[in-house]
Amino acid sequence: MILSIASGKGGTGKTTVAVNMALSLKDVQLLDCDVEEPNVHLLLHPEINEEKPVYVSTPQVNEELCDHCGKCSEFCEFNALFVTPEKVLFFTELCHSCGGCLLVCPKNAITEKNLKIGEIKMGVAEGVELVYGELNVGEPMSVPVIKDVKKQIKSSKTVIIDSPPGASCPVIESVHGSDYCLLVSEPTPFGLHDLRIMIQVLEGLNIPFGVIINRAGIGDRKIYDFCEEKGVPILLEIPFQRKIAELYSRGIPFVVEMPEWRREFRLLMDDIKGV
Amino acid sequence: MKQITILSGKGGTGKTTITASFAVLAHDIVMADCDVDAPDLHMLLHPQIMKTQEFKGPKLAVIDRTKCTECGLCKNSCRFDAIDDSLQIDPFSCEGCGVCVVVCPEEAISLQERISGYAFISKTKYGTMSHARLNPGEANSGKLVTLVRHNARQVAEKENRELILIDGPPGIGCPVIASISGVNAGLVITEPTVSGIHDLERALQLLRHFNISSFVCVNMYDINKENTKRIIGFCEKNGAEIAGTIPFDPLVTKAMVAGKTVVEYAPRSAVSHEIKVIWKEILSALKGNE
Repeated sequence: MILSIASGKGGTGKTTVAVNMALSLKDVQLLDCDVEEPNVHLLLHPEINEEKPVYVSTPQVNEELCDHCGKCSEFCEFNALFVTPEKVLFFTELCHSCGGCLLVCPKNAITEKNLKIGEIKMGVAEGVELVYGELNVGEPMSVPVIKDVKKQIKSSKTVIIDSPPGASCPVIESVHGSDYCLLVSEPTPFGLHDLRIMIQVLEGLNIPFGVIINRAGIGDRKIYDFCEEKGVPILLEIPFQRKIAELYSRGIPFVVEMPEWRREFRLLMDDIKGV
Repeated sequence: MKQITILSGKGGTGKTTITASFAVLAHDIVMADCDVDAPDLHMLLHPQIMKTQEFKGPKLAVIDRTKCTECGLCKNSCRFDAIDDSLQIDPFSCEGCGVCVVVCPEEAISLQERISGYAFISKTKYGTMSHARLNPGEANSGKLVTLVRHNARQVAEKENRELILIDGPPGIGCPVIASISGVNAGLVITEPTVSGIHDLERALQLLRHFNISSFVCVNMYDINKENTKRIIGFCEKNGAEIAGTIPFDPLVTKAMVAGKTVVEYAPRSAVSHEIKVIWKEILSALKGNE
């Protein structure tokens, strides 16, 4: 079972849900796909036993073979190559590593080299297997790092994926292929607005989903009305409590100090499996 | 013309709440909402759209079934696993690179343009706003951010405005880089949580990477005062200026529910007072840079 956790809006409690759920279930592999700002390890303090670099392929032009015909730059949909009569200029940050420039070069003047853009780390904490990625600061493309994190999926386990915020490519890459997605939101206008965007994404991807309302009690009731009208199940409410917020601020998963919540997360998982 | 981006690394720390309040305090600026995946600024500033522009994102490969001989070369050449065994193209995975077009011996594949979102120029009570909406699940939000910023600059020139206020997306990747490239300063909104601190450090590294001067605001500072002290200490050591601290107050959520900025909803609150202090601080620092 692969369960992803997403939200649209940032800071609604994705990581809180992912970590507390992982600690409440057995035989869990937890993947932190928010590789721009990974936070799961800050709550779990895993012992890291393996690190792997993440590379992307970027073109390298052999100026001795190149006759500056411009076919590579004409081909490149991302404008990563610019050919002058004397030189080929390459803009790494625009390259998607599709390999097309190599294919179209009539002089075979282009080869590829690996560029390290981040790394993935693997470890264990409290019986939870953790994999997380870290994009190097200054690198724009997080998707290749997310892909490498997801290559570590062990489908025999209960896999929980913590996704990045937003609703574009890094989120798609994170939730793609999951059996179910939990959308964590909060009962505020921003929370509802961004929840609606994520629902459209999941409907497009054909992934079944349910909602967790975090910080229940703040804001208004519109998110409840919306879910009822749309037939979207609200699977769990986590109340706004200063204690939960303070524990989070110190990097402590709340089930550690409020063990009664472990049962709630186990029941939540049963609900999801029932769907 | 000056530009400042509000960013955070971690989502949900209060970027939009604070940006919207700045917009009210500033009067004579242009606003740009660069969180194009999940834009929220419009819910507080209530823009009236004056101009809509289509945004063409990455293209999409389309296979002409009448020409396809199912040789599978396209599938084997695609590095994005966007073509499955039955040679169907997954529009969510296709990046529109055109490799399949080149390798197809039957010339059965072409790239088609797709509309990935819309950019808007709008009037608000507080000035002109440039914003956008990426269609859910689309790629290339960085390119749309660049368009939003281009539009904001054009408006600022036309209206003779001296400052563009940019609400950035969370994270540190492509759309964030597009939101900060070439700006005069970045204001990082953080919160005194372990995650907030970690994400602040990476956001500050990003600003340094691009040689942009950085300011930090600790929002909800009283949730954990010890962590707030750590943040202030860290900023002092790393050359980031603390622009101010804002207390936690449920009023902020109430203002959001009312669809108002907090400085309008509760002008006498401590939160509004601090936001005003921070805005003054930022303005004088930006002027001092001249």
